[in-house]
Amino acid sequence: MIPAAFDYAVAESVDDAIRLLGEGGEDARILAGGHSLLPMMKLRFANPSLLVDLARVSELRGVQVGDATLTIGALTRHADLQGREEYGLIGAAASQIADQQVRNRGTIGGSLANGDAAADLPAVLLALGGSVVVRGSGGEREIAAEDLFQGYLQTSIAHGEVLTHVKVPDLAAAGYGYGYEKFNRRSEDWAMVGVCALVKRAADGTCEDVRIGLTHMAQTPLRASAAEDALRGQPLDAEHIAAAAEHAADGTEPTGDLNATPEYKQHLARVLCERALTTAAG
Amino acid sequence: MSTISEAPAKHVGQSIRRKEDPRLITGRAQYVDDITVHGMLYMSIVRSTEAHANIVSIDSADALAMPGIKAVYTGEDLSDLLAPLPMAWAPPGVEVKVPERWPLARGKVCHVGDAVAMVVGEDKYGVVDAAHAVRVEYENLPVVVDVEEALQDKTIVHEALGTNKTHEWSMGGGDVDAAIAEADIVIERRIVNHRTAGASIEPRGVIAEFRGGDLTVWSSTQVPHLLRLFYAVQMGISEDHVRVIAPEVGGGFGSKLQVCAEETLAAWASRKLKRPIKWIETRSENLAVTHHGRDQVDYVRMAAKSDGTITAFHAKIIQDCGAYFGLLTPMIPELGAFVMTGCYKIANVKTDIVGVITNKYITDAIRGAGRPEMTHMIEVTIDQLAAELGMDPAEVRRKNFIPKDEFPYTTPYGITYDSGDYEKTFDRALEMLDLPALRAEQAELREQGILRGVGYSTYTEICGLAPSRAVGPKGFGLGIGLYESALVRVHPTGSVTVFTGASPHGQGHETGFAQIIADRLGVDPANVEVIHGDTATGPMGLGTYGSRSLAVGGVAAAHAAEKLALKCREIVAFNLEASVDDIEVGSGKFHLTGDPDQGMTLAEVAGCAYIDANAMPEGMELGLEQTLIYDPSNFVFPFGAHLCVVDVDAKTGKVEVKRWIAVDDCGPAINPMLINGQVHGGVAHGIGQALYEQIVYDDAGQLVTGTFMDYALPTASEVPSYELDRTETPSPSNSLGVKGIGEAGTIAATPAIVNAVIDALRHEGISYIDMPLTPLRVWQALQEARGDGDGPRDGEQGVELPDQGVSSAGSGPTKPEGGVA
Repeated sequence: MIPAAFDYAVAESVDDAIRLLGEGGEDARILAGGHSLLPMMKLRFANPSLLVDLARVSELRGVQVGDATLTIGALTRHADLQGREEYGLIGAAASQIADQQVRNRGTIGGSLANGDAAADLPAVLLALGGSVVVRGSGGEREIAAEDLFQGYLQTSIAHGEVLTHVKVPDLAAAGYGYGYEKFNRRSEDWAMVGVCALVKRAADGTCEDVRIGLTHMAQTPLRASAAEDALRGQPLDAEHIAAAAEHAADGTEPTGDLNATPEYKQHLARVLCERALTTAAG
Repeated sequence: MSTISEAPAKHVGQSIRRKEDPRLITGRAQYVDDITVHGMLYMSIVRSTEAHANIVSIDSADALAMPGIKAVYTGEDLSDLLAPLPMAWAPPGVEVKVPERWPLARGKVCHVGDAVAMVVGEDKYGVVDAAHAVRVEYENLPVVVDVEEALQDKTIVHEALGTNKTHEWSMGGGDVDAAIAEADIVIERRIVNHRTAGASIEPRGVIAEFRGGDLTVWSSTQVPHLLRLFYAVQMGISEDHVRVIAPEVGGGFGSKLQVCAEETLAAWASRKLKRPIKWIETRSENLAVTHHGRDQVDYVRMAAKSDGTITAFHAKIIQDCGAYFGLLTPMIPELGAFVMTGCYKIANVKTDIVGVITNKYITDAIRGAGRPEMTHMIEVTIDQLAAELGMDPAEVRRKNFIPKDEFPYTTPYGITYDSGDYEKTFDRALEMLDLPALRAEQAELREQGILRGVGYSTYTEICGLAPSRAVGPKGFGLGIGLYESALVRVHPTGSVTVFTGASPHGQGHETGFAQIIADRLGVDPANVEVIHGDTATGPMGLGTYGSRSLAVGGVAAAHAAEKLALKCREIVAFNLEASVDDIEVGSGKFHLTGDPDQGMTLAEVAGCAYIDANAMPEGMELGLEQTLIYDPSNFVFPFGAHLCVVDVDAKTGKVEVKRWIAVDDCGPAINPMLINGQVHGGVAHGIGQALYEQIVYDDAGQLVTGTFMDYALPTASEVPSYELDRTETPSPSNSLGVKGIGEAGTIAATPAIVNAVIDALRHEGISYIDMPLTPLRVWQALQEARGDGDGPRDGEQGVELPDQGVSSAGSGPTKPEGGVA
């Protein structure tokens, strides 16, 4: 429970962080809230040579509400988002991350850049159709959620790039309802399975659009496309929601672990999908 | 037996706030890791990555070359130790094969985490890096993890023993076989009581300083005096040159009732290097190599008449000891056997216990130690009996309770239960529950897919570990008798210091003991300081475990104070020229009966005893101090009823505890708040085992649950708000009438939850699920019952093991696929 030796540097700005990462070589890592990285280091599963601490880069903290987009600074803490209705699904999901102590330190950028498929926010970003903005020595680029998550703890953010902002469409303003269902053994645990759903109801009461994200059903977050297709255009009643939710695990191949078999995870995805859709459909 | 004392109870019985808490909650308490000794070095342990292997070579060259590293030692370096690590149980007439266990492995490792080498250096981080740099080459041997497979001796862990079976121990009363043959109904069940961890929030830790021929050790231990005794034996140091201090200890739950390898290693290295050595356990080490608890496979049979009268109960217990023995490992199930019949009158009883070695870490005493397992067996089986007879489980319990007018009651095992009124606690709990309302809710919620259930657990347990004649070498076979000491010292100003041989680690002795003393000496508990956990201060003591501190140590302190009170009365009588019989202790002073103005405060009495010898009766010894060893006549047997209400999500299998009603009886309360605290924690411990916690090893003997991410301790979110009440049935065994309460909640809890879950699921055709009742297991049980089984796979929690030739009779096989009957 004692990490291997490492160097530590404080970045004064994003550009300073990019410079420090470049100088630090390939084993240099960004330190944000530290609530995933530091436990990994204590277990010696992660052994970075240098930590570049972003804590003083205050410009990366805070939320800007634009016309149709929320722009969230990467260092914005889960506690700043949790339970805030104006942030819609992100606010609902943030309030279920781990426990309050973790939410007080953990950041949205850190969670997304870590790319853990059992974490709450990656599937939420995917379902929202959001993106992240990263900056490196070569300049700035935007990565869509569907291109961000590459594998277990792997993202398409290159070494030397710093995640600066998260952009999500303001779907609440666009008339979407949302639901988030997280299943775990203890309230502070990672999701065994999580399902988030966004539903837009048409004037005639049918489903105009639906977006469903799956947490911990693969090495990356997934969209439950088959369930989405099954519900789109259908009446938003209990019967059709249940029928659509039956497809929530279609095509998934989750791995089993201490707490769940693959079959159980698929079952949970279907049950949670029905519940999340029911909430989202209002 | 003594009678209940008539000491005025002004502070006893009050929920006085804990004297310990200000320092604890303001961070001023001093734990081992808060202590720095000048010149201190640090120790880190190189631990086996293999579950069973010969050590081919150990290369410490790289580690020794690292900055600040003073030494790397292996098992061979410790050849001057006079004894291996101790096991303290030698029951007369029973052969127990004891595997030799040294602080560092000698030639071979037998479990993951077995200590292979120790690294000592200047820097606490540097020694960890150096330990990683020690290269150990292993030659792997076959591994046996499953206890019933180990019993077949195909893979033997200790060649010197020639078998994995360490001992067999049986106890019986009546004729079980005849009763089963004559019974109207026989319930059979295979019950896996799985392995758990103590998981104290402060892990273990030790500082050893050998200086000028004296060894001083600070250790996070429940048993400082036993540790001192063992240091003397193992290291050949005269006891008067060994001092062991248990500073603030952040929880133990039995896991620090141990003599640990690291304690020896730190002391040995300190003597070798002439420097103090500190070792602080990591959380990973705590889960891997601080002793585990439970881990039994039980085969039980219960016979009854068709009217619900239980006629026989038999348990065959296969105990997974782990790779070696700890201090008490093989005797843990036996402790449960003493209360095998629970609170029921059962004429024919038998317990057969087999101890088995496997390639896992040792099991030993964890909160309840044998009694939770036994209570689980009888309480889940009695519910099944009720179900098969179509009777109310409450009615079956009532029918078999030992009637209150039969106490003291001697069981078929010859154990005498001191006192009890089981109906009273059960009735009160049911009254708090409101069963008719609950059954109505149950029916309503079932429509919504929520399966509500209620479960009962009525228990009694054996605690107050003593008396010496019963538990010592010629009795039950412990290597030392269990009594307790107290030294009560009144200072010249009238303040009081009490030294107890108990060694608390969170329980609140400093408050409860002060209340007892205060009433007997007519002072404020604020002026009574309780000192514990230092072998250099008080008399020999046995420590804190087995819910013994109050019923043995507290009574010792009370008796010592009563002797001093008599001396005080004699001094006062002398000064008032009155008869000692006319002096009583009242509020703040010793005074004439009926005239509180005519008297002396304790400070005035102390002034006579220490300052003014002319104010003392002729020939009376000066001073006010009393040392006393108390050895009770019997154990104590607290009891009670715990009722649990759960909701089971019919779709996901998740269990949520909605209500917990506990009515316990531990005799007259010294401090009701301390009792409630123990019940809260005890029940949380039981909820943990029943729903969340499990130590899991894979087939290769690798620990799978090595962090708190995977070893799922319940948090505040997972436990309900407890609804508590008490009854007070005094024990005739001690003058306070008190019984232990530290383990009662844990002993009672697990069957209440399992019975509640089964009550919720029985209409689905489910009659039993082994703990922990994880969402996966409950879902699998539901799938199985609905004929849509997924079935458990190898290596996951919930895997059931094949039967090992246990005969079946009565209600037939109890273990279809999936662990569901």
